[in-house]
Formats: sequence, C-alpha cells, structure tokens
Amino acid sequence: MRRDAPPDLIGARVPRVEDPRLLAGRGAYVDDLQLPGMLQLDILRSPHAHARICELDVSMARALPGVVAVYTGRDLAQFLKPVPSAGGMQGFNAPPHHVLAVDRVRFVGEGVAAVLAQDRYIARDARELINVTYDVLPAVTDPGVALTPQAPVLHDDIGSNRAFELRIGNDTQAALAASERIISGRFINQRVIPGPMETRGAVAHFEPWEGRLTVWLSTQAPHLMKREFARYLDFPEHRLRVVAPDVGGAFGAKNNPYAEELLAAALSLKHGVPLKWIEERSEHMLATSHARAQAVEVHAGVRADGTVQALHYRLTADMGAYYHAITHIGPMMTAALMTGAYRIAHAATDIISVFTNATPTDPYRGFGRAEATYFIERTMDLIARELGLDVLEVRRRNLIRPEEFPCTTPTGHVHESGNFQLCLDRALERFDYEGTRREQARLRAAGRYLGIGIATHAWRAGFPSVPGGKGYVTSGWEKSTVSIDAAGKIRVVIGTSPHGQGVVTTTAQIVAQQFGLLPQDVRVIHGDTDAVAQGNGTMGSRSLVVGGSATLLAAQQVRAKAIRLAAHLLQIDPRQVVLESACFRDAGNSQRGIALTEVAAHAFAGPRDLPDGMEPCLEAAVLFEPANFTTCFGTHVCAVEVDVQTGAAAIRRYIAIDDAGRAINPTLVEGQIHGGLAQGIGQALMEGASYDSAGQPLAASLLDYATPKASDLPHFEVELTETPSTVNPLGARGIGEAGAIGAPPAVVNAVLDALAPLGVRHLDMPLTPQRVWRAIQEARA
Amino acid sequence: MIPAAFEYAVPRSLEDAVAVLADCEAGTAAILAGGMSLLPTMKLRLAAPALLVDIGRLRELAGISRASGRLRIGALTTHAELLAAPELAEWRVFAETAGVLGDPQVRNRGTFGGSLAQAHPAADWPAVFLALRGVACLRGSRGERSVRSEDFFTGVLTTAIAEGEILTHVTFPAGDGRSGAAYSKMRQQASGMALAGVAARITLDTAGRIEESTVGVTGIGGAPFRARSIEQRLSGLLPTPSILEESCADVPEADPTNDLHADADYRRQLLRVHATRALTRALERARSAIP
Repeated sequence: MRRDAPPDLIGARVPRVEDPRLLAGRGAYVDDLQLPGMLQLDILRSPHAHARICELDVSMARALPGVVAVYTGRDLAQFLKPVPSAGGMQGFNAPPHHVLAVDRVRFVGEGVAAVLAQDRYIARDARELINVTYDVLPAVTDPGVALTPQAPVLHDDIGSNRAFELRIGNDTQAALAASERIISGRFINQRVIPGPMETRGAVAHFEPWEGRLTVWLSTQAPHLMKREFARYLDFPEHRLRVVAPDVGGAFGAKNNPYAEELLAAALSLKHGVPLKWIEERSEHMLATSHARAQAVEVHAGVRADGTVQALHYRLTADMGAYYHAITHIGPMMTAALMTGAYRIAHAATDIISVFTNATPTDPYRGFGRAEATYFIERTMDLIARELGLDVLEVRRRNLIRPEEFPCTTPTGHVHESGNFQLCLDRALERFDYEGTRREQARLRAAGRYLGIGIATHAWRAGFPSVPGGKGYVTSGWEKSTVSIDAAGKIRVVIGTSPHGQGVVTTTAQIVAQQFGLLPQDVRVIHGDTDAVAQGNGTMGSRSLVVGGSATLLAAQQVRAKAIRLAAHLLQIDPRQVVLESACFRDAGNSQRGIALTEVAAHAFAGPRDLPDGMEPCLEAAVLFEPANFTTCFGTHVCAVEVDVQTGAAAIRRYIAIDDAGRAINPTLVEGQIHGGLAQGIGQALMEGASYDSAGQPLAASLLDYATPKASDLPHFEVELTETPSTVNPLGARGIGEAGAIGAPPAVVNAVLDALAPLGVRHLDMPLTPQRVWRAIQEARA
Repeated sequence: MIPAAFEYAVPRSLEDAVAVLADCEAGTAAILAGGMSLLPTMKLRLAAPALLVDIGRLRELAGISRASGRLRIGALTTHAELLAAPELAEWRVFAETAGVLGDPQVRNRGTFGGSLAQAHPAADWPAVFLALRGVACLRGSRGERSVRSEDFFTGVLTTAIAEGEILTHVTFPAGDGRSGAAYSKMRQQASGMALAGVAARITLDTAGRIEESTVGVTGIGGAPFRARSIEQRLSGLLPTPSILEESCADVPEADPTNDLHADADYRRQLLRVHATRALTRALERARSAIP
C-alpha cells in the first residue's frame, strides 16, 4: 500500500456517470442530428443473392419532385473507388467491392442505387420507382458447397470461391500419427447477426468555404474512420472531422468503413450540402456485417488418460460476398487461440476462407476467440466422452498451470500470465459439482434430463501494434491526455470511443483516484476527432487495458508534477509531500498543507514562478503501447434441463467466474459479463442467420431472427477473480467479451450432457427446441 | 420504416367511425386500434391503406363489465389490462394468456379486439376466444350483429367481420363454480407468437366427470380452430392424467404448416403436449372452483 493512497476508487462500485442522461432519453444519436438544408440518402438493395443487373432505370425516381439525384453503381464508379477491403493487406485476393453494385449483385441486401432527396419520405417513395431487371444466377451460401468445382463462382477474376488459405501452427502430422488415439469431430459456429439496438447511420456535412468535412457516424472507432475516409475520399485528413455521438451498441459490427457511410461523405462533398443516411432495421439485418460463420474438422491425438498430444483443425471460414475491413482476421485469430486454456504441444489449423453469396462477415463480440473457445471446449467434451472420462478430469489434466506462464502456444500466442485453476475451482465449489451430478442421476431416474456444461476459456485482449502493419486495425497503442484546470478539476481526453462499456466512469475513477478527487470532478472527452487529436477506438476488449493504462500513466505524470509544484510552494522536499483528498500535506508537519485548487491555479503562472525547468500547466499526454496481448480467462458452468417433450432447454443455473485482472469497477465488469452472456446464450440456443438454396435469408427480420430478450435468460451468478495482468500498469485483462465467449460451449455442453442418456451425441447451434426434439426422435428411432 | 402516404381520420364516436368507413371505397381503409401489427406492416410497406381510421380514442369500446351472467370485454381493452383485471378473476386464463403475449410494450398498447380482428394464425387470444365460447359483437352501417367464436375465424387473417364493420366488444359466459380454463403455449423464439397455443376449458359435473370441454388451438396452421376430436373424447369421462394425455394423442382436424421455426411433425407434437398441459391446468382450476 502506498503511504499516501487516496480513497480507494479502484475497485469501487461507482454508478455509471453515463446513465442518467441515457435513461432519461436525453442521449443524442446520429439520427437526432438535424442540420439546415440536410438531404436524405436512401439505398435500393438487391432482392437476389446472385444476379446480373440487366436494366436499371432510375428515370421515374429522378422525376419525382423533391428528388435531388439518383445514382447507380455505374454512375458512382465514374468518380469513386471500390471501398477499403481486408485492411489493405498484401497477398489477399481482395475482389473489388464497389460502393453500389456494378452490373452484378452478390448478396441479398447489396446496394444497387442511391436516392438523394429533400426528406426521408420522398427518398423512400423514389426508391420504389426504380426499375431493375435482373438475370438471376445460381447462388451459393454454404461454404462447403462453395468450394466444390460445380459451385457458381462469385468473383470471376479470382476464378474460384477460395478467398485465402493459410496454415498456422507447428507440425501435427507426426504427433497425430504417434498419438495413442485420434478423436475426430466436426463443429460449426454458425453465422449470426450482431444486431445492436441502434442501426448504422451517418450525417456528412461538407462546408466548402471552410474546406472542412464533418462526418457524424455511429461507429466504435472515429479515428480509424477519419484515416480511412480521408484516404478513400482523397480528402485532406487535417480538414476531416469524424464524430461518434452516442452510439447505441456496436459489438464489433461498427468498426468497418461501410459503403453507405463513405457514399454519404462522398455525396456531401459532391453536392456541397449536409446529408443524412439512417439504416432501417430490415436493411441492418442484410447489410451490416454478420459474424462467426466458421466450421472445423477436428483431429485430436490423445492418451487414454485424456492428455491431448496433438490437435489439428481444418477450418472453413465464410467471408460472405466481399471482405469487410478485417473479415480475414477472424479465422486467423481462431487458429492462433485454438489450444484454448490448454497445454498442447502440437497444434495447427489449416484455414480455407471462402466467398459465398451472403452478407460479408466481420467482428462480433469475441471475434475469432469465441469460435476458438467453442471448438476447443466442444472438443474437450468429445474427448471425455470417447474416453469415458469426466469432462472435468480431461480439463484439469490439460489446463496450463499457474507456474507455466508465460506460456507460448504452438500457434505462436504467448499467454502472459494467469491462474486458470483458480476460476475452475471456484466455479465448481459454487456450483457444487459433485452434488449436482448426484442430482442429475436422481432426476434421470425420474425421467427428467438435467445436463452440466463446463467451459474453461482462455483468450486474448488488448492487441499490441502489428509489426510492419500498414492495414486497417494494426495500431495497438492508445493515447490519453490529462489536464487540470485552474479550479483543480480535471479533463481527460481519451482515444477510445466508448459506446456502452462505461469507460467514462472507469476513466474518471482511475484519474480521480490519483488526486483524491471524486469521479464527478473528472470530465472525460471522447469520440470527436477535433477534440481528441489521436486515438484508435474501442474494440477487442482494449478500452481499459490499453486506453485505461494510458490514462493511468498520464494521471501519474500529472500527479508527480503537481507534487513537485506543491513541494516548491510548501518549500519542502517532494518526497515529503502526501497527497490525499485533493490536498498536499507536509509529512513532517501535518498542520502544513496546500489544496490542489491552489496548486492548480499556481500552475498557470509564468515559468519564473515555477520550479526550475517546469513548464506551466498541470497536463500530460501519454501514449501506451502494450507489450503483448493480455490473457483473459475464466470458467463458466451451467445446468440445463431439457424438456424432452418439446425439446426446450431451460438454463437452471449459470455460474460465470471470470478473471478481470484488476477490476476497476466490479459493477461495470458484471454488467459487461451479463451482456456478453446474453449474446452467448442467444448464439447457443436461439440465433442463426441461415439462407435457403437460392440465397434468400430465412431470418431477415426480428420476427424470425431470435435475438435474446431478458425474459429468455436465467439469473446469472457472476463472480470475479483478480489475477493482475503483467502487460499493463493497471493489471487489467479485458472483460468485455468473456460472456459471449464462455457461454456457447458451456450451454451446448450442458444440453448434450442432458441428452447423453437418450443417445444424442452431437448437435450444432442454435439448439432450438425443434432441433433438440428432432435429435431426440432420431436417436430413439 | 417509412410508410406510403395515407389519410388519417379520428372519429369522435362509434357512429362517426361507422359513417367514415361507410363512405370509403371497399378495401381502402384500415382500422387503427393499438397499432401493434398494422403500423409495422405499413412501415414495411406490406400494407398501404389509403385511409387510417383511428378508433383508439373511443372510450365506449374499452373496459370490462358484467351483465346478465356474461362478461363483456371492450375491443380496445389492452393486453396489460387483461393481465391485471380483477373482474376476470374467475377466468385465470386471461391473465395467463396476457402474460405470455408479446412484451410489456406490446401489452400496454395492443388490444384484445385488435388481436381477434387481425386473426393472425399464431395470435394467442383467438384460442381463448374459442375455448371460452365467446361471442363477437360487430357494428356496421346496417346496425349490430353477433358472431359466435366458432364462426368468427374464416381463414388466415380473415374473419366474419364484414367490410365497414367494427368489432366493438366480446362477451363470454361468466364462471359457474365448476369450470376452469388455461392456456399453454410454445413461443416462437423470435416473435414470441405461438408455435402452438392451446386454450382449454373444462366444466365438471357433480360427480367430477367432464360435462363439457372446449379446446381452442392457434399457431398450428391455417385459421385458429376448435379441436373437437379432443372435446368429444373427453366428454363424460372421469379425468385422469393419462386420460387427458391420450385424448390429445391425435388431432385429425389440425393441418400443421412447415416453416423456419417448426415443421409439421414438430407442430403436431407441440399440439399434443400443450393441449395436454392446458387441459391439466384447466382441470385443476375447475376442481378448485368447486366450492
């Protein structure tokens, strides 16, 4: 304990400072913005998964009073480039992705024409007046089928639907051959729709006299967008401003520079007027990134005692019709983390990425890592069943032990630190594993089917910069600036862009803690590239891990400077200064002290009134680059009862023990876990974006796509362990994705455990009542 | 999200509303009550009525009352009101059904009459309306008429309500001290509507035998219907759990649909299960109703 420790705000359950305004309905989202003379943009979208555009007649739409302009893909191709794809990475066959389709559409929902009109009603009416004749082509939405020679090919220039192939890992062939036994399986992590409450939207405002373009965007990464928009539009970046106002959720689906958003900016430049584009929910289901969509064939070489000696995946990843910004990263991340929480000497993934006539995929809470966790945790259960061992036993045998960190996996990931056993032990204790197993046996005897599912997850957050990276999300640093005004209040400017995480609250806690202030004495500024000079954004559980670390270091620098100045004013040695409750005291004479307000006011004096070499103002800016990813881990255990008459799975208990590293605000950590669990349970039991054989989406509205609601979810028993991370000064690990990562395998393992006595051995998500009931019937037959 | 252009009328009385409808060309007007189904349909441009007749402020169409041994539920009574109505204590099936219908927002705005008049094939109230043998009261320019529940649903999204008529209220027999009713449902996971929903009413005789039962079914396919095969099998029996289950084993009048959420086999199974569950609870309630 530091002798001058201020009141403990770190670890305090401070209520979210963001909430009162949002709960009162006073949030301000992109669609709330009204500018004089603003035009409305509306997009006509393809009803076909794969078709040639034979005729595109926009004359009637153009003639409608109030319509300013109508553009086709061909019109736009005259002055706009294809949109950025696959992070501009070398060696990727990135097919051109036009702002609007040129001559050919490749998924249902692809933009075909754009209407610019005086209001939203006219724009929508004009959209109805556009006549398109399509020559419908055969479509393929199943990645496995897309790889077959007879499959329709999406991109003629590439010649097949293979997007890229890559092997990650060490040699597994010899190790598999030498294994006592090989256990094989096939697991699918289905295509899902992230579905934030707020759909996408943009307001673009070009002011010709200022030479300035402002884009308000529902985004999680305004700085990345500024860089991408400037490059795409060939517009000077220093005159471009991107603002993320209140953002109603993103979950990874809002860090891509989308065609419609770039188009809004381009048309504002062209027409010299402000314009707005707001995505409808029915468009959102089709045109905003989908996610997951991976399948693996697993071969695990094991010993009879359950030790995994070698693991090989053949991973098929569905890119959709085009690459979005980092679509290609998903399968690589899955491969990098394929060994999960386990020590497996030989592991490799062969990735085959595939184009299909479906919505492009991109990040979603747990990107790549949720898939990896699902595959390895299902594999662990499969191994246990094949070997006749307890699922717990197999996990315990293979878990990386606390003394083995840092631990480098065969796929090149370094787990920096951790204590996986701690979470597992605590989860089992709280769950009463043995007692629940006895309960399970009792219920089975009475014809009731209870199952227990375990997931011991380990993954990574807070990515470091990618060496040599010139692509889209390759900068891993974050920057914070802390400054104290003359009244002793603090302003913090952060480069991340919170949109529900509560980072305004945690940032205020971190900074207030350093000065013995209250969180309300700290104002946090974010999301506006004119107010925040440099930043990257909020994604991959990095806001606190990386951004919070920059904030802590900046606050510490300001604190050190304030102490030096206070010492100067008190005429004592800085080492004698104690800072508590916003007051600097003389450790040698408790009667002597000076308030932060006085020191802060004095800091604005000229250099001659300051200690030698000290610059005026209490301010510091720190850029923090993490040395490595943090290792995030936890154990989820649940009990699920299956109603064998209807196939409905009811979660009786759900326990999540996750390690947050240092938890700055346990309430917010729990909230993050709750939200993630909702999404993870949704994926396990309810959600799936499937297509029919013509490429028509089967769940294209919320009447058919089952986003989980509060009433679908059980009570969550959430507990935190705190094993400080070694790769950042806060010791935080990143918790935002833990729920979404841990829940799918825990729930699926539990359902399959429940069904084991009925002979059901395998099911793919979502475990809808019908799917479960059908499996029971087939097993009985 | 943006509907096609339409005219909007707010009649001040039921008379007015009927007159406005009488003036319209057939098929051009839509009656707006709670708007929970009509407005989304218009926003998706799946419906584009030229005129919306908003009857939502006609207080004469709201509320629950009792007269000459029957309960009267006004068409504008919301689901939330039915969830909490003390007047309906003898028929717990109302609160039970309202509690599994939609979500709080829908329950606060959506109306009982709107649900019946729309006749969505997976709506919940039609099953209850059938099981309690309600009577729908309609008002048109040629006056008032009544339609029995068994004659009310004529197909998917179609009813006996004629062009220009408004459903004003529904009446039901009041509780008789030896009847019970219940609703059991499997929710479609996305929409919350019924993949299978069964409302059952059982009336016991003094010997504890089933004097009469009525079973209303929704969600299975086609129009909501009465499962008369179950009703006939149960007539006069001294009910036991296995008798209830056996009576639901096969419902030949069901013609289940196949869709993304449930195929015909599965719907048949859900019908069996939920009919049994609804009957079981209805029986418990009938028994406990006996003084």
